[in-house]
Amino acid sequence: MAKITFITSDNETIVAEADSGSVMELAVANSVSGIDGDCGGVCSCATCHVHVDPDHVSKTGEASEIEADMLELADNYNERSRLCCQIEVSDKLDGVVLHVAN
Amino acid sequence: MSTSTNDQTCVIIGASHAGVNFAFALRKEGWEGDIIIYDVDPVLPYHRPPLSKAYLTSDDGIEKNLLKSAESYEKESITLKLGSWVESIDREAKKVSLKDGEKQHYDKLVIATGARPIIPPIEGLADAQNVYPLRTAADVTNIRQAINEGAQKAVIIGAGYIGLEIAASMKKLGADVTVIEREDRVLARVTSPEMSSFFETLHADNGVKIEVGKTVNKIKAGDSGNLVITNDDKEYKADVIVVGVGIKVNTELAKEAGIEIDNGIKVDSSARTSDPHIYAIGDCTYHHNPHYNRYVRLESVQNAVDQAKIAAASICGKEVKYDAIPWFWSDQFDVKLQMVGLAEGYDEILIREENTEGYKFSTWYFKGDELLAVDAVNNAKAYVVGTKFIKDQKVIDKTKLVDSSIDFKPANLLAE
Repeated sequence: MAKITFITSDNETIVAEADSGSVMELAVANSVSGIDGDCGGVCSCATCHVHVDPDHVSKTGEASEIEADMLELADNYNERSRLCCQIEVSDKLDGVVLHVAN
Repeated sequence: MSTSTNDQTCVIIGASHAGVNFAFALRKEGWEGDIIIYDVDPVLPYHRPPLSKAYLTSDDGIEKNLLKSAESYEKESITLKLGSWVESIDREAKKVSLKDGEKQHYDKLVIATGARPIIPPIEGLADAQNVYPLRTAADVTNIRQAINEGAQKAVIIGAGYIGLEIAASMKKLGADVTVIEREDRVLARVTSPEMSSFFETLHADNGVKIEVGKTVNKIKAGDSGNLVITNDDKEYKADVIVVGVGIKVNTELAKEAGIEIDNGIKVDSSARTSDPHIYAIGDCTYHHNPHYNRYVRLESVQNAVDQAKIAAASICGKEVKYDAIPWFWSDQFDVKLQMVGLAEGYDEILIREENTEGYKFSTWYFKGDELLAVDAVNNAKAYVVGTKFIKDQKVIDKTKLVDSSIDFKPANLLAE
């Protein structure tokens, strides 16, 4: 089980738990504002953009090539940007803090 | 908001991508009154695009594919009335009538009825075994079940995106797949001959048989499966037949209520129909796209989401105007196609091939210097760069564009 904290652009904090699925699915299930997941999680729409907390980048790992390409020209891009449909929930993620980018 | 919406009711017909997104957007915009969504599909609303792609080849239940969790609707006080068929709209009384006789008053009504698959009038189709369209979760369950029960030979009628995606998915499931297409190339209605040719090669390389320029004359049902007979008297064995020849827009409810119809439900830039209390969103609408300055009807998630947001904001008293660049995607085998813009009316095509193993290229559609659209194959960078150029309406240096030694960044491709 991994506990994941989302902080929205309105500074709302939502803590959610899961042991499988993608982080985007978890965010949508918990109505995290700013995470839409319009394409259903296939890295096609960039509506699940988060910034990984600077201390937690090692938990999430890095974006894949296609994901990095999708993010490159996205609004509010930074070096800690991820599309959270591409982050799989696992124990490794426990305690991670994600800031919703939009 | 100008007035309180506390005691008002917003009724949505269709728990589609558009309908559900609209409901949540309406709450977010501050609507305080009741929100009720009706849909004939008994299943909790789900994503449709994956149905023909990853969902078809997985063992997942639809709960893995939901638009929103059941709790989300409760949390936002959105009432889902599933398995409910709205039969008519009484605009004068501001009521919708359901098949079971129930009537529901509305202050604002949103039509998000989408479209339904066309089932062509082919002799024998109604009596054939294992014939399915692909639009709903139940359709996927039926197709999966046919395969699980040993269906080996599959015939897909229609080589649009849905047909080709189903072909790729069924091939992945181990079926022997033939696609029959009436036009002389696949995707004839929706893309360029260059892209059609690529997809024909891709499918052939993966063992899918594609028969273009043929129509299905007749289907014979037999004890050992169906026989699909084409206009050149060829016969194709089919344990399962999937029909993907296009859709018909669900405009009947609106039409019978006297709402203006023109190749779909006609809406203005705030997604409002000819009745000021009734909006329409998503696949069922015929709307003006300001960027391309023409009316379009789009079958896409992008339009569903964007019109949902616009309608919600407009109903809550905001001055908003639809102004979106359409985008689409398709996944077939290991190819990810991402499309942005509308290519119709192009007079020049440029193809940029990347120097890499496997398929990675992009097709750029121009009208003079204006970039209209981009089809990116396994090339998200081309997709985002293309999107930026279309939005910013900056002129591209075409020589630099096709030179894959030049790094794919907008600044490097600007015309001087």
